[in-house]
Amino acid sequence: MKLDSKIPKGDLATKWSEYRGTMNLVAPNNKRRIEIIVVGTGLAGASAAATFGELGYNVKAFTFHDSPRRAHSIAAQGGINAAKNYQNDGDSVYRLFYDTIKGGDYRSREANVHRLAEVSTEIIDQCVAQGVPFAREYGGLLANRSFGGVQVSRTFYAKGQTGQQLLLGAYQALSRQISLGNVKMYNRHEMLDLVKVDGKARGIIARNLLTGELERHAAHCVVLASGGYGNVFYLSTNAMGSNVSAAWRSVKRGALMANPCFTQIHPTCIPVSGDYQSKLTLMSESLRNDGRVWVPKSQEDAQAIANRTKTALDIAEEDRDYYLERRYPAFGNLVPRDVASRAAKTACDEGKGVNKTGLAVFLDFAAAIERYGKAEATSQRIDNPDKATITRLGEAVVEQKYGNLFEMYEKITGENPYKMPMKIFPAVHYTMGGVWVDYNLETNIPGLFALGEANFSDHGANRLGASALMQGLADGYFVIPYTIGQFLSNEIRTPNINPDLPEFKQAEDETKVRLQRLLDIQGNQSVESFHKRLGKIMWEYCGMSRNAEGLKKGRQMIRDLKKEFYSDVFVPGTQEEYNPELEKAARVADFMEHGELMMVDALDRNESCGGHFREEYQTPEGEAMRNDNDYTYVSAWEWDDDNPILHKEELQFENVELKTRSYK
Amino acid sequence: MRLTLKVWRQKNGNAKGSLETHQVEADEHMSFLEMMDVLNQQLVEDKKEPVAFEHDCREGICGSCNMVINGRPHGPMQGTTTCQLHMRHFKDGDTIVVEPWRAKAFPVIKDLVVDRSAFDRIIQSGGYVSVNTGQAPDGNSIPVEKDLSLMAMDAATCIGCGACVAACPNGSAMLFTSAKVSHLGLLPQGQVEHKKRTQSMVAQMDKEGFGMCSNVGACEVECPKEISIENIARMNRSYIGSVLSTDK
Amino acid sequence: MNWFSKFITSSIGKKLLMSLTGLFLILFLIVHLAGNLSLLSSDGGKAFNVYTDFMSNNPVIQTIAKGNYFFILLHAILGIALAVRNKQAKGGKYAVSPKNNTSWASNNMALLGTLIFAFLFMHMGHFWFQFKFGSGLPMTTIDGVEMIDAYAKVSAIMSEPIWVIAYLIGLAVLAFHLWHGFASAFQTLGLNHKKYTPIIHAVGKVFSIAVPAGFAVLPLYLYFN
Repeated sequence: MKLDSKIPKGDLATKWSEYRGTMNLVAPNNKRRIEIIVVGTGLAGASAAATFGELGYNVKAFTFHDSPRRAHSIAAQGGINAAKNYQNDGDSVYRLFYDTIKGGDYRSREANVHRLAEVSTEIIDQCVAQGVPFAREYGGLLANRSFGGVQVSRTFYAKGQTGQQLLLGAYQALSRQISLGNVKMYNRHEMLDLVKVDGKARGIIARNLLTGELERHAAHCVVLASGGYGNVFYLSTNAMGSNVSAAWRSVKRGALMANPCFTQIHPTCIPVSGDYQSKLTLMSESLRNDGRVWVPKSQEDAQAIANRTKTALDIAEEDRDYYLERRYPAFGNLVPRDVASRAAKTACDEGKGVNKTGLAVFLDFAAAIERYGKAEATSQRIDNPDKATITRLGEAVVEQKYGNLFEMYEKITGENPYKMPMKIFPAVHYTMGGVWVDYNLETNIPGLFALGEANFSDHGANRLGASALMQGLADGYFVIPYTIGQFLSNEIRTPNINPDLPEFKQAEDETKVRLQRLLDIQGNQSVESFHKRLGKIMWEYCGMSRNAEGLKKGRQMIRDLKKEFYSDVFVPGTQEEYNPELEKAARVADFMEHGELMMVDALDRNESCGGHFREEYQTPEGEAMRNDNDYTYVSAWEWDDDNPILHKEELQFENVELKTRSYK
Repeated sequence: MRLTLKVWRQKNGNAKGSLETHQVEADEHMSFLEMMDVLNQQLVEDKKEPVAFEHDCREGICGSCNMVINGRPHGPMQGTTTCQLHMRHFKDGDTIVVEPWRAKAFPVIKDLVVDRSAFDRIIQSGGYVSVNTGQAPDGNSIPVEKDLSLMAMDAATCIGCGACVAACPNGSAMLFTSAKVSHLGLLPQGQVEHKKRTQSMVAQMDKEGFGMCSNVGACEVECPKEISIENIARMNRSYIGSVLSTDK
Repeated sequence: MNWFSKFITSSIGKKLLMSLTGLFLILFLIVHLAGNLSLLSSDGGKAFNVYTDFMSNNPVIQTIAKGNYFFILLHAILGIALAVRNKQAKGGKYAVSPKNNTSWASNNMALLGTLIFAFLFMHMGHFWFQFKFGSGLPMTTIDGVEMIDAYAKVSAIMSEPIWVIAYLIGLAVLAFHLWHGFASAFQTLGLNHKKYTPIIHAVGKVFSIAVPAGFAVLPLYLYFN
C-alpha cells in the first residue's frame, strides 16, 4: 500500500491558504442532500458537527455519553495555544510551528503542523465570540501564560478549566445546530462497527446503550472524533469511559493505526495511592510556571520522608536537588512533558522518591509564594513586611492563579499544598498516535476521516502542553469543514445510502455475534480485573521506558491475557438491555489488541524520540537518542491477528533542520 | 473500614425500586466511586448484577456522577462531586444510604442512573451565542471588564450534574438555567441575544416539568461548583425585564 | 394580551405574583400594626375606636381593603398551586432527609402559609365578621359620633387565655413565614446584589421578629391589664 499524504505543493507559509482557495466545494443545494456521520462529540467532534451543520450538511452525531458535554475534553485544565503574539514577546505562526515540530521530536508532518499554527489564532477569535470566558487583564484584554517547551506566553486559559469552557462553547454551537434541525444527536449510542460499501466508509453500526438495540446508520461519509487510547494503561488521566473502540473497529475494517507507541506520560499527576485506584488525576502543567520540582539529594532523606519521620520542610535548601533546573538550565521546570517525566523516573529509580511507593517527587510552591508575597507587599506599600505577611499575601496570589487545582489536590490527598509541597508523579495522559490520516484528515479508507486525538497527525512523538485543545478545535472548526469537500464534491450524485444494504446487515450480524460471545463465556473474572492486568503489562513493558526484550515479553503476555479473557471473563446480563459491563467488556477486548499493536510498534522503532524512550538508545547522560537516518517515518500499521503489517510514510523536512532536541 | 451500604436498586424506569443492603470493606484513601467499584467487584464475583451508576472523568468536571449520599447530593462535603468525595470523611461502621437524583424531570433509568437529557434541551432552546464558525472578529476587539469576565466564568463553571435539581425540594432547575443565562448574558458577546435567550430557556425549563424556585437555597449549598443563587436573581430580573421591555 | 397570560403563567411570572402580593401584605402588616398600637394608649380605647371607625367607613380604605382581601386570596391560592406543582415536580422523597443548612422556614413555606390562612379565619371571625354581620355589638359615642366599641370587643376576646395563646401561636407562625418570605420576595424580583442583599436579609430578619412581636404585645397587654 502506498501512503499518499496529499500534502499540497508550494511554500510552507502559503500552502494552506492556496489549497483552501482552490479546493473543490460542494454547493449549498447539494450540501442539503449529503449526510455526514460524526462519531464522538468532544472538542473535535462537536466543533466539526456544529460547523457541518452551519454549512448546511445533514449531520448525525453520536456519543456514548448521556450528553455531548461530558466528553473528556472537558477535563483539560491549563489552556490552549495560539500564535496571537498579544504579549509582544516575539511569538509568531512560524514560532508556534517550530516549537511544535521540535517539541514533537521531529516526527510530525511539517505541513500539518504549520496549518495548525496558522488556524490557531482563528480558534481564539471563534471561542471568544461564542462566549468562552477566557482570563483577562485589568484592561479587558485577553491574558496569557506559559507552558512547557516554549519561551513565549501564548497560552489562553479560563482558570484551570479551559477544556471545560472550550467544550461548552463547542457543545453550545452543536446544541444550536441540533435545535435548528441540522444535526440529529444520538446520545448514549456507541459505535461498534464501521460499514464499508464499495470500499468507501458509508455508515456505522451503533448500539443504543439504553435498550441494547443495534442500529444501522448510513451516510455519505464517516468522521471519527473518538479520542485517544490512554486507557489501554487502565490507570491514566483519561476518563473511565475513554476508549479506542471506534478507532479500533475502523482499523479492523482496514484503516491504518499510526505511531501507536507514541504515548504521552504527563509529569505532574497525583501519585498512585493503592491497588483499588481507578484513575489518576492530573495537576495542570501550568503549575510548573511557579512550582519547583525537587527530590532530596540523599536517599536517607527520601526514605525518612517516605517513612514520615521527616517532612519536606525538614530538608535544608542545600540538601535538595532541583533536578530539572540543574539538568536543563535554559528551560528549567518548563521542559517538555516527556523530558520532565523521564527525569522524575530517573530520580525515583535512584531511590529518591518521596512517598511509600518510592514513586513521587515534590512540586514546591514556597519560592513562588515568597516571590509573589514580596511583590504584593511592595505594590501595597507595606515596608519591611514580616514573613507571615509575605506568606499570606503570596498565598493569596497563588490561590488566585491555581486555587481550584490546589483545592482538588487537597480533596484527593488530604494534604494542604500551600504548606507542604505537592507530591507528583508521571502518568499516562495523551496519545499522539492514532488513526493514520492524510493532509485532508482522511484515512486510507475513502470517506473515513479522523480528527483530534483520534488521529495521529500533529504532535509527532510528544505533544506540547495546551496543544491538544488547539488541535481538536483546529481540526473541527477550521480544517475538516474545508477538506471534507475534497471527498464529498465527488459524491453529490450519490443518493442517500441505504442502511438495508447487505454490508450493513453483515456488519450488524457480526457485531451481534461478537457481543454474544462475550456474554456466553460466563467465566469467573470481572472485566475490570482484566483491564487492570492489561494496564499493568502496558505500564511495565510499554510505559515510560521500553526495551526490546520487555516489549517481546509484554506482547506475549497480552496474547496470553487475551486467551484467558475469552475463556474466563464474566459479563452479566444480556445484549438487549442497558448493560454497562457488556460495554466495558467490548472496549477491553479492543484495548487488548490495540495494546499488542503498541508493543509491536515500539519494538519496531529502534530509537528514542519524544514519549518513546528505548533504553537501548540513549546518550551517556540518559537523554533520548533519535535515529533520523532510519526512523524519520510514520509507522502506519495494518492489523493482522499475528503479524501486523507496517506501512511507512517517510517524513520530509524541507523547512526545519533536524536537530538534537536540547532544552539545556 | 467496614461499611454498611444501602443502595437503591431499580431494574428499569418502570420497575419499582428499593434499597438493597451490602457490606463493603473500604480504605480511607479511596474515593466514593472506588468504594462502589469494590462493591461491584464483589457482586460480579458472586455472579450478581453490579450496581449501575454514571461516572466518567472521576476528577470532578464531567458532571456524570450523581449519587445522593445520606440524603445529600454528592454527599456531605461542600463543593465536592461524588467522585472527589473520599472515604476518609466516613467512619468505620457507618451506614451509608445511596440513592439516585430524585426529580420528575430526571426519570430513573436503572439503579442510580437517571436521564438528564432535559438539561440538553434547555441548552438547545437558547443557551448559546449564534455565531457561525469563521464569523468572529479578533478576540481582543471587544475588551471585557476583568471582574465581569470572572463573574461569567463563575457561572460558566457549571458541570450540568443536576445536583441543584436533586437538592431542591421543588425539583427546580433554576440554578442550572440561570447559570447559563448569566454566563452568556454577562459577556458583551452574549448580550445581543440575552433577552430572547432568557425567555426561551425559561420556557423550555418550564416545559420539561421542573418545579418552581422558592428560594430555599439548597441548590447553592449542594452545587459541587458552588454556583451562587445570585444567578437566579439575575435570571429573574432579566426575564421580567425582557418580557416587559421587548415588543414580542 | 397573549404575552401577559404567558408571562404570569410562566414559572417566574407566578413567582413574581407571589413576591409582589407578599410584599403588599408586608406593607399591610406595617399599617395594621401601626393602627393596632393605639390599643396601648391609656384612654379607655378612645384612640383605637376612632381608628377602627375610620378604617371601617372611609371609602378609600374600604377600596384598599378589598384589594387586600384579593391579594391575600391570590397569595394563598397561588401558593398552594405552586406547592402542589412543586411536589409533583420533585416526584419522590429521599430515604434520608437531608441536613443541609437551609432554613426550616424556607422548606415549609406552604405549611406555614396554610396555618396563617387558618389563623386569618379565626381572626376575621373574631372581628371583621362580627363588625359586619354581628348583632348586639357594644356601642360607644366619641365626640358626638356613635360607633362600635371595638376596644371592648378586643378586650373581651383577649381576656380569655385560649385566644391569647391562639394569637401568639398565629404570630409565631407568621414570624417564621416572614423569616424566609421577606428576603425571598426580593430575590424573586431579581434584587440580589453583593452589597445590598445582606442588608435586605438583616432587615428581613428584624422585620420578621419585630412585627409579630409588636402584634404579640397587644393580646398580652390586654390580658394582663
